[in-house]
Amino acid sequence: MSVHVKTTINGDQVEFVCGADEPLLDVLRNRLGLTGAKEGCGTGDCGACSVILDGRLVCSCLVLGAEMDGRSVETIEGMADGAKLHPLQQQFIDNAALQCGVCTPGFLMAAQALLRKNPDPTEEDIRFGLAGNLCRCTGYDKIVRAVQAAAKEMRG
Amino acid sequence: MTMNPDLVDKTYKVIGTRVRRPDGVDKVTGRARYGADASAPGQLVGLVLRSPHAHAVIKKIDISKAEKLKGVKAVITSADFPDHTNGDRGLRDILENCMARKKALYDGHAVAAVAAVDARTAREALKLIKVDYQILPHVTEVDDAFKANAPLLHDDIFTDGITPTPTKSSNFVKQAEYGHGDIDAGFREADVIIEKSYKTEQTHQGYIEPHSCLASVSPDGMAEMWVCTQGHFVYRNQCAAILGMDANKLRVTSSEIGGGFGGKTHIWAEPLALALSRKANRPVKLTMTRDEVFRATGPTSSTSIDVKIGAKKDGTITAAFAELRYHGGAFPGNWAEFGAMTGFACYDLKNVKTVSKDCVVNRPKTAAYRAPSTPQVCFAVESTVDEVARAIGMNPVDFRIKNAAKEGTKSSYGPVYGPIGIGPTLEAAKNHPHMKAPLAKDTGRGMACGFWFNFGGQTCVDMNVTPDGNVTVAVGTIDVGGSRASLALVVAEELGVPYDAVRVVVADTSTLGHNDMTDGSRGTFSSSMAAVFATRNAIKTLRERAAKTWEIPLDEVVWEDGAARAVGAQHGNRAPLTLKEIAAAAPGSGGPIAGHAEIVADNAGVSFATHICDAHVDKETGKTTITRYTVIQDAGKAMHPAYVEGQYQGGAAQGIGWALNEEYIYGANGRLQNAGFLDYRIPVCSDLPMIDTQILEIPNPHHPYGVRGVGETSIVPPLAAVANAVTNAAGVHMNHVPMSPPRILKAIKALKA
Amino acid sequence: MSRLEIHLWGALRPLAGGASSIFIEAQTIRELFRKMGEQYPGMEPHLRRGVAVSISGKVFRDQLDTPLPPDQEIYLLPRVPGG
Ligand code: FES
Ligand code: FES
Repeated sequence: MSVHVKTTINGDQVEFVCGADEPLLDVLRNRLGLTGAKEGCGTGDCGACSVILDGRLVCSCLVLGAEMDGRSVETIEGMADGAKLHPLQQQFIDNAALQCGVCTPGFLMAAQALLRKNPDPTEEDIRFGLAGNLCRCTGYDKIVRAVQAAAKEMRG
Repeated sequence: MTMNPDLVDKTYKVIGTRVRRPDGVDKVTGRARYGADASAPGQLVGLVLRSPHAHAVIKKIDISKAEKLKGVKAVITSADFPDHTNGDRGLRDILENCMARKKALYDGHAVAAVAAVDARTAREALKLIKVDYQILPHVTEVDDAFKANAPLLHDDIFTDGITPTPTKSSNFVKQAEYGHGDIDAGFREADVIIEKSYKTEQTHQGYIEPHSCLASVSPDGMAEMWVCTQGHFVYRNQCAAILGMDANKLRVTSSEIGGGFGGKTHIWAEPLALALSRKANRPVKLTMTRDEVFRATGPTSSTSIDVKIGAKKDGTITAAFAELRYHGGAFPGNWAEFGAMTGFACYDLKNVKTVSKDCVVNRPKTAAYRAPSTPQVCFAVESTVDEVARAIGMNPVDFRIKNAAKEGTKSSYGPVYGPIGIGPTLEAAKNHPHMKAPLAKDTGRGMACGFWFNFGGQTCVDMNVTPDGNVTVAVGTIDVGGSRASLALVVAEELGVPYDAVRVVVADTSTLGHNDMTDGSRGTFSSSMAAVFATRNAIKTLRERAAKTWEIPLDEVVWEDGAARAVGAQHGNRAPLTLKEIAAAAPGSGGPIAGHAEIVADNAGVSFATHICDAHVDKETGKTTITRYTVIQDAGKAMHPAYVEGQYQGGAAQGIGWALNEEYIYGANGRLQNAGFLDYRIPVCSDLPMIDTQILEIPNPHHPYGVRGVGETSIVPPLAAVANAVTNAAGVHMNHVPMSPPRILKAIKALKA
Repeated sequence: MSRLEIHLWGALRPLAGGASSIFIEAQTIRELFRKMGEQYPGMEPHLRRGVAVSISGKVFRDQLDTPLPPDQEIYLLPRVPGG
């Protein structure tokens, strides 16, 4: 069975048809060409597929495309303001917070959600706020520092 | 001579600066394309059917129903892979691992594959394939595999390294020995002898990106493959050999790679995707699930190790012995042997002996994981070293300093060392503020040293000057952790131009000569050496062009700061010719300007590290928390310090995961019980503290910039450093990793009783 | 030409009748490997699988043309993979 969905992605109106049991991650990647969200597990354990749905951080592998009707999705592709990188993106680069980078879109989404809720997080807040995302390359040190630096920059 | 690989002492302009990486923007905006991010017109979805049995004869596979399902375009089994391996045992094992032939040898072993128009149809088709198995008894534990009555995996393994060679086949693949001196005499001299047995469980590299490829074989035999790999040239060669293709017909393009750590150094499902595409006559995309990654791609060996160390009261180690038993999964390997080489490599020992015993078990084929085989033996040796130090009442760092290997030491694996960095890392550890910081309640401090070889290998680099005077560089080694930035730094340094004037890309297999894979920490070491030589070749051409333009002899032209300069009394007053000017004049002075290098980079230099760890143990729950961690390692020369730090921190985090949590758990039925990130738990952000790093720079005399490999050694010491910290925190000696809460609790209870 | 003492790693020793080193006249790694294969046929499979040569602590894995100078310690080792 297929479902017809009208939704908002990164501020744009989008329509698609998807299977009733098709995860949002598959819709983004296979139907809409938005491959920034990655599939590391497909079971909600790695956070590589993180997107922000109506302001809440979710694993896009765990929600269905069919549920998106009338809702609003933010993905990594919409994070920068045109050519201007978001402070989190810039700080990830400047702090060498990525090695292979496959976890990076998920971390940026999770950090974005965290800083919106808590613009002045402690190191511990950051570590727990990002605990749903796996990174195998960095040992997290530089990721935490990048988020700290971005938070400081964003507070002005 | 310009192509001498040996170090030239100089001060650097851009090397060692923390520039932004060229792939950074693409990776933070979601634009970077990884294995699963490519698609081709008309592509099919490939899926693999895997054995649910640990050990079974495949009596019959019926694919007729699956083939008839609407939307299914190809179904393949081992019948589609005639053996082209020509007696090459290593390649045959890879072939058999990619697709089971007569027997399924582990839970997860591929037995068939399908390509269909969509994932749903492909899944449906897998269910329609009927495999008739005859289940055999299995063996998954190392020590069991050696037993006389153990179920036999292969009938053609006759233990190598034992005289006379056995006439009966067994799971015991190979025995080897390393060492020198007379350990019996050494132990007689000892005042204290500690003898213990250890176990380590099997871990997975745990890269976040599952294996994925997009394969397309045309009816004319031309083929393309997009794949995440640590070595696209090696993947090309292996796939072509297995499929009976000419290597030049298969063009492999490497995607961005989402982690590998050794797990993407040889092929797994890639030949299946190519064979499916060949049969279906359409492009096929094959992406593994996480479950498949755990069940069917290469984890480490699990091990069982005995160590015996004797020392005098003054702290001199008089003899050291270890016996190591490792498995290669379902296929023969030398994994224990590598452990036997590295186990005591940190020390200057008069009498040392290691014996390795490699076996096969019904588990997935073992693959390299960062300094393969070494973290396990280091855990056993460095835990014992701490106990010996304690027994003679010496501080563990002083004890190690007293026995550390140095220039001129005969290494435990044979050769004599040149200049090495174990002593300096130990001295740095001793003087590090971390060593002196006070400890909280129930917290202990531990330390450990580690060693790894590093190597170079075959490498090509093409460097081209663009008509507007900028530079492109094509390399054949995969960028796993920022090597494109490091290579751009090297070329900019040699040429005397800004970092931004150089763009580095990874070329496909049809564009450059063969390159070995990015393993053994070789990426930056060997490609930077080739990049230096390619640039020096281009500089020679640039000087020739300037000499022509000026109509003066070549030897009166030097290259300095990005420009040709005339020297000597007669012409020295000419204004320099910049790279841009020479490039613009290229059409009239001989055509495009380029430099190439095709080299074998040997002598990557050995590498040592010392780690310090503080661990808090909750005596009620057995849970261990790492509260502080410091990595001290020799990098030769850190071309981009932030990426070197990143390698140190990443390796340490993986080692901590191995020490505390990660393990493959097999049920009595031989099936893997925890094939997912929920139950195979790798460290998350809230599990770890900041990881401090100290980079020592003891230049490698055999690299133009003094670089050593840095990628692997950092995973070696953590298992032991954590274990020693746990001992000091809770008084228990842990001889089994991971030191999960139940194991620690059990040890605490035993201690109380 | 000088006769060089070639130290063997454990797995090769049984193939040389238990000796920990052998003496061979060779000027390069290539010549050494060829003569080893001729004089000790049992070592062939190891040579095919890959052998690294340590010359006074400098390890060569691939460059068969590397000269073998006299008076240096020459040690054969198995090729080790990386991660
Ligand atoms: S892919 Fe969604 S959490 Fe891993
Ligand atoms: S940078 Fe590779 S997984 Fe995070």
